[in-house]
Amino acid sequence: MPDPILQIAGLDARYGDFQALYGVDMTLAEGDVLAIIGANGAGKTTLMRSIAGLIRNGADEIKFRNVPIGALRADQVARRGIALVPEGRQLFPSLSVEENLLIGGRSGRQGPWSLKRVYSLFPILEERKRQPSTSLSGGQQQMVAIGRALMANPDLILFDEISLGLAPIVIRDIYRALPGIVSQGMSAVIVEQDITKALSISSRVYCLQEGRVSLEGASTTVSREDISRAYFGIE
Amino acid sequence: MEWLNAVIQGVLLGGLYALFAAGLSLIFGVMRLVNIAHGDLIVLAAYLGLTTSVALGLHPLLALVLVAPALAAIGFLLQIGILNRTLGNDILPPLLVTFGLSVILQNALLEIYTADPQKMDAGALETASVSLGGISLGVLPLLTFAVAVAIVGALQWVFYNTALGRAFRATSDNQDIAQLMGLNKAHVYGYAMALALAVTAVAGIFLGIRTSFDPAIGGSRLIFGFEAVIIGGLGNLWGTLAGGVILGVAQTVGAKIDPGWQLLAGHIVFLLILAVRPSGLFPKVTG
Repeated sequence: MPDPILQIAGLDARYGDFQALYGVDMTLAEGDVLAIIGANGAGKTTLMRSIAGLIRNGADEIKFRNVPIGALRADQVARRGIALVPEGRQLFPSLSVEENLLIGGRSGRQGPWSLKRVYSLFPILEERKRQPSTSLSGGQQQMVAIGRALMANPDLILFDEISLGLAPIVIRDIYRALPGIVSQGMSAVIVEQDITKALSISSRVYCLQEGRVSLEGASTTVSREDISRAYFGIE
Repeated sequence: MEWLNAVIQGVLLGGLYALFAAGLSLIFGVMRLVNIAHGDLIVLAAYLGLTTSVALGLHPLLALVLVAPALAAIGFLLQIGILNRTLGNDILPPLLVTFGLSVILQNALLEIYTADPQKMDAGALETASVSLGGISLGVLPLLTFAVAVAIVGALQWVFYNTALGRAFRATSDNQDIAQLMGLNKAHVYGYAMALALAVTAVAGIFLGIRTSFDPAIGGSRLIFGFEAVIIGGLGNLWGTLAGGVILGVAQTVGAKIDPGWQLLAGHIVFLLILAVRPSGLFPKVTG
């Protein structure tokens, strides 16, 4: 097994007094794609925000390439090579499409992704590069959000609810683009409500239920029954 | 002709008010911080300009070469050391802290420079004038207005054509997501305050050349600045310039009607605009 790029051990994430994650353990191998599934409120977004540094935790609870990052700020995590495509796209409304992409690349990390490469992946963005980002359709906005994260040339990319609120044809296009994105030696964590899609794109799957890991396994071997039990907590 | 003269003098006075307001507008636009000490920082800049020009024998405008970087450094340290700690979901802490800063600045200036009014000596520039179609225009007010237009244009250019400007706008849009781009918001806010106080230095020097000043006048400069920002529309720099001009014209036309009405006329126009257009005349449009 390749060396782990991300190790999460005993993660107890909190929003003030409210505890959202309880002792979450998770390992992601270098170059792997890991899917996280779970019902609304299971803690998926909290986990993503914790890895990205938007929720700060104990330093050793999250390690990136064996270096504790759990207590770092989001900007420090980003500079180490972790990028998040946040739930709901969350583009910068006062920036144009191209400016949103450029600000994604401001950390100056070297790698295969550039403005030109993002435009070749999503040609529609080049046509609309001068437009305000919020004037695009939901699917095009998701392309900007993905392109913005890629511009950072991350080693680990986190996709939070990548297909939420998008039309099926747009979801299909984005899922067609994903293998090309993660085949560049990048590791990925994908939060996805659509279990079939989550299993098809990933090598391992984790299911969260009420803040705890309720299932872990290889995406090719976990059964639908196991997932139903883990997802809904039905014995 | 006298009325036209009043309007033109008001437009030029508006340049000074726009200089008072530009820093406030920038800070509010980037970090939603209402800086109650802004007027006192303008007065601080005037005193630093006075001290520098007297000590080094420099023309007050040349003193800007030293005062603007000094104010920028003060702004960066103030933001990193104090103001960043007050920013959050609650609007009250930054208001209280900048109010406290205002009191401290006023008393420190009083202690150091006494309450005696001071004025900077800019030589012939203070009295030089040009005649245009029978109207005499002071070179100093013309220069002040030109500098205000240049500064607003430069700030606008920085905002929309540089990586720093993108960082300002992104952080203003969404602090959390901006951090995901590797932007340290504490530093972004520090740079914004540094830029705002460098502009404040220009405002302070022009104030000190144009009129006499003492440690207590910061409050009224803050009000003029606020009125210009709000008339123009929050977060819109060209709107702030327009707001300054409207305020200046209201004051000079008011003074033409009755010399005692100068300040009152400005406040009345401000209130009328606020009543009709609560977001100002040119609010920043996003989304």
